[in-house]
Amino acid sequence: MTAPLIEGRGLTLSFGGERVLDQVSISIRAGEIITLIGPNGAGKSTLVKTLLGLQKPDSGDVIRKPGLRVGYVPQKLAIDQVLPLTVKRFLTLTRSASRSDCEQVLAQVGASHVIDAQMSSLSGGEAQRVMLARTLLLRPELLVLDEPTQGVDVSGQADLYRLIDEIRRELDCAVLMISHDLHLVMAKTDQVVCFNRHVCCSGQPETVRQHPEYRSLFGVREADAIGIYTHEHDHEHDLSGHVVEGCGHDHSHDHSHHHHDDHRHHHHHGDAHVHKEADTAK
Amino acid sequence: MIDDFLLRAIVGGVLLACVCGPFGAFIVWRRMAFFGDMLAHSALLGVALGLLIGVDVRLGMIATCLASALLLAYGQRQSKIGSDTVLGMLAHSTLALGMVALAFVQGVAVDIMAYLFGDILAITMGDIWLMAGGGAFAIAGLIWMWRPLLALTVSPEIAAAESIPVERLRLIFMLLMALVIGLAIKIVGVLLITALLIVPAASARFFARTPEQMAIGAALFGTGAVLAGIAMSWHVDTPAGPSIVISAAGLFVISSIVMMGLRRS
Repeated sequence: MTAPLIEGRGLTLSFGGERVLDQVSISIRAGEIITLIGPNGAGKSTLVKTLLGLQKPDSGDVIRKPGLRVGYVPQKLAIDQVLPLTVKRFLTLTRSASRSDCEQVLAQVGASHVIDAQMSSLSGGEAQRVMLARTLLLRPELLVLDEPTQGVDVSGQADLYRLIDEIRRELDCAVLMISHDLHLVMAKTDQVVCFNRHVCCSGQPETVRQHPEYRSLFGVREADAIGIYTHEHDHEHDLSGHVVEGCGHDHSHDHSHHHHDDHRHHHHHGDAHVHKEADTAK
Repeated sequence: MIDDFLLRAIVGGVLLACVCGPFGAFIVWRRMAFFGDMLAHSALLGVALGLLIGVDVRLGMIATCLASALLLAYGQRQSKIGSDTVLGMLAHSTLALGMVALAFVQGVAVDIMAYLFGDILAITMGDIWLMAGGGAFAIAGLIWMWRPLLALTVSPEIAAAESIPVERLRLIFMLLMALVIGLAIKIVGVLLITALLIVPAASARFFARTPEQMAIGAALFGTGAVLAGIAMSWHVDTPAGPSIVISAAGLFVISSIVMMGLRRS
């Protein structure tokens, strides 16, 4: 196995006596898609900032592959009005690129029309697209996205996730994504890390969904809502060819429903029986 | 025929306006105006120390500015006291300390007003060489780190993620800024230097679409302010430093009115 792109070992960090990271170990390897989920205030952004070297941990180590190219899309880019900055200039923020290259990547994310606009005049969705276009120019080995669909409406969110998926396929890079849009994320990801100051559980989406710590963290209703989404998503895949896997999920889902019903049925029967037995005993 | 001292004032003033422009733009973007003020205030202590130990006063000013920048870079790391409070404390205690120290300098008649409000008409050839050398060094440094410094101004997160040495660049920028302020005190003085940095940059903001346009625009507005200020001082016999600052403020008002007119039409 190749060495990880970035690895955090035993990261611990406190802000003013409150522990935000507690012995967190996490690693990202080439080509992996890792989604970090957790409630608000769980320290997800802090963990990512620590991994990127923007925040120094109190203890623990971050090991970064030498010369690693990282593309970072922050949660929200607040560009101050005092700084005049066109989209074209923003695209070349850390690396130069020709105008035609800029036009090309903007076209790829469906934002060609904003090339000469001021960054501060963009809508939330446009700004996210421009930031994704910038990562296309960087050609990173690791793409880090911090809640990439914040402030974007629901239909726009689905579009953005599709775009992120396309970009990932084109760049063939690893992805570390923070999200609380659980419904949309889980289906696309290799590994979900459920995080609340420490790694609660991690694994494939389905495994995490079943994990008791995850369910207690998000509440059963929320967890089930994700389940429904996964189900729907697999169904979509079904149509595009992944017959076996999709079908299996479909089946199990139906099955569990039946099971549930059956169970209740049994229960009723059982109850009745008990009652009867009790009666006879009397 | 222009008088020699006037020519020297114009050359020195324009030189420093061109250096102050791009630095002023960064000070505006990074909201470091108060920081600049603090560095300038500490320079008076440099004057006193220079006189007391017998070192060139200009070098004394630059040295104390650099030392204050380092002190601040360290002071801002802690979070118990807000950084504006740290700045305010240092600014005024160093200014007070400078005034007290000057009182100890015996035998030399120190023209405090010249340090507080500048003395551009008394620029010597030595001053001009120092400004040219120091200014060229500061501008070269700024150009060298332009792209990464701008990236970290836009977003420290993006910069850090993409392997830009954020902390080191911040420190280098603070030191270069200290150098520029140390050099520019001769023009408008300790109390007005921040204006020479930020007012032209603010004027240029109205017309700029990119950071580079704003930086160059700030240099042009600064040059305009220096020339207009010297002219005002020459014709109306006003103190030169304050006249330059008034001119800069006047240019700002004119630009904002022009901009409002352009928006309307």
